[in-house]
Amino acid sequence: MLAQVDTFVGPEVNWFALSPLIALVAGALLMMLAGALTPRWPNGLYALACATTAGTAGALAMVQWDDITDNGPTTLVAGAVAFDTFSMFVTILICVSIILVAMLADDYLRGTPNDGPEIYALLLTAGAGGVVMASANDLIVLFLGLETLSLALYVLAASNRRSNRSGESGIKYFVLGGFASAFFLYGIALVYGATGTTNISEMVVALQNTVDLETPDGLALAGVALLLVGLGFKVAAVPFHIWTPDVYQGAPSPVTAFMASVAKAAAFAAMLRVLVIALPFYRDDWRPVIWVLALLSLLVGSVVAVVQTDVKRMLAYSSISHAGFLLVGVEAAGHTAGELDPGSGMSAVMLYLMLYSVMVIGSFAVVLVVQRHAGGDSSIEAFRGLSMRRPAIATAFTVFLLAQAGVPFTSGFIAKFGVIQAAVDVDSYAIAVIAMVSAVIAAFVYLRIMLTVWTGTPAENSEPIRVPLAVGVTIAGAAVFTLFAGIIPGWLIDATDTVTQYAR
Amino acid sequence: MIAAIPATSYLLLAALLFSIGAFGLLIRRNPLIMFMCIELMLNAANLTFVALATELGDINGQTAVFFVLVVAAAEVVVGLGIIVAIMRRRPGATADDLAELKG
Repeated sequence: MLAQVDTFVGPEVNWFALSPLIALVAGALLMMLAGALTPRWPNGLYALACATTAGTAGALAMVQWDDITDNGPTTLVAGAVAFDTFSMFVTILICVSIILVAMLADDYLRGTPNDGPEIYALLLTAGAGGVVMASANDLIVLFLGLETLSLALYVLAASNRRSNRSGESGIKYFVLGGFASAFFLYGIALVYGATGTTNISEMVVALQNTVDLETPDGLALAGVALLLVGLGFKVAAVPFHIWTPDVYQGAPSPVTAFMASVAKAAAFAAMLRVLVIALPFYRDDWRPVIWVLALLSLLVGSVVAVVQTDVKRMLAYSSISHAGFLLVGVEAAGHTAGELDPGSGMSAVMLYLMLYSVMVIGSFAVVLVVQRHAGGDSSIEAFRGLSMRRPAIATAFTVFLLAQAGVPFTSGFIAKFGVIQAAVDVDSYAIAVIAMVSAVIAAFVYLRIMLTVWTGTPAENSEPIRVPLAVGVTIAGAAVFTLFAGIIPGWLIDATDTVTQYAR
Repeated sequence: MIAAIPATSYLLLAALLFSIGAFGLLIRRNPLIMFMCIELMLNAANLTFVALATELGDINGQTAVFFVLVVAAAEVVVGLGIIVAIMRRRPGATADDLAELKG
């Protein structure tokens, strides 16, 4: 029967190695506490505190990165948390995204009842959940991270209480997110039954010992299938994408930017952890499923985006097609999962996530500016003639859209090239060709938006569009990064090449 | 001592509960009932954890249940909060009424 525990010996904890995570959580708690005890802070200070916290966490992650590249990856807290470049890369990505989103949220929240520490604390909490997802070395820890991220996001999506759409977006996200979490949890339970552990390192060993039997384990395969359903929902892969357009459209624009960057990155990090690192022994079973998800996401995402009339919805469907590209990378990683030479799939996915996060936050920043001017309207008509009213914003928007389409000399080209090359490296030609075809279809969507921005004439009542400083800085920074990483990508590619040295 | 019920029975019961939850979520239209279905699914996973932990003689599966209970409680808080916020604006709204966002 169950082992009796007489004395409890706590695990040894290397606190400094956990510092990025601690910084995020402590920042969130401090903001809530200080925000409750002090009178209203001056404008912009809440956002500044949030961005500072995220910046600190990001800087600490870079320090840890150096430590890992010197001393090799390891695990922390009795093997529950992995300490490797993979998790640190995602941590840095999440911190950068939080900083950018905090700058967007600042202007969005001014003058609303939500202007307080709560939204920023939730951004930090969600970020901490994402970091836990990326660095979990135990499926239960991963589940806790997933829920921390998701619960914070449900509230953020529904946070605009003056809008019916925001509430509707929140409840839709909550119901379908909870549905997906339940599938994910049930999958963990079944995999636990098959391997006797939820710890990823022990799971790999346990599977290594049983894999010679050549008997497919029904329990484990059912578990893997349920995990795939749960992860499919979280990364918004077709056919588990139904929530995405509604939630993206209804949620406040800064929150949408956050979902498309942080939530997507954390979900893909979790997917790589679960599939490539924990379950390489079932790679021949899950890889075809990923292949089909990638195919459907690529085609449905780009084709349905064409017929949308709302720019936020278009970007939502385009994010589904981007998820398809990322799945191409995951599929490529699946070919070499568990082998000594990990191939280029994982680093291609990481690079894609980094570049996509910045360009998608930039895109939603432009949507935020235009939507605010048009009184909450984010239909494509609101963008008509943007170039005549705000040429700089229109130019930046064009850069983001070209990057999303994957035009050379933008970061999007590097990202798409990376995953397609990874697929070709492992002879996955079919999906690589489909990815390129879908990129062409998706380009039509971006061209349609660009055409409206550059050729239309603005409506009669066109007052000058107000671009707050923080939002302007975000847009400019994201645009510069998108071009810079597109022209000089070497340093970023070198960084992502090392993320395949993961701990387990 | 009562006769031991085989672990398979628990697993089948859990699978049944999970299916009821999943199916209920898809066909019911009341947000509160849908919410209860999610809880049912989580508890089915809990039952699976406990049954498997007993079968394996391993305590980790049982501790996992406590984590899940906490998560489920947190989900109740957030979920009910969102539902209350919506019901205040639109009393008696069902999932079909929440169709402003579509396309």
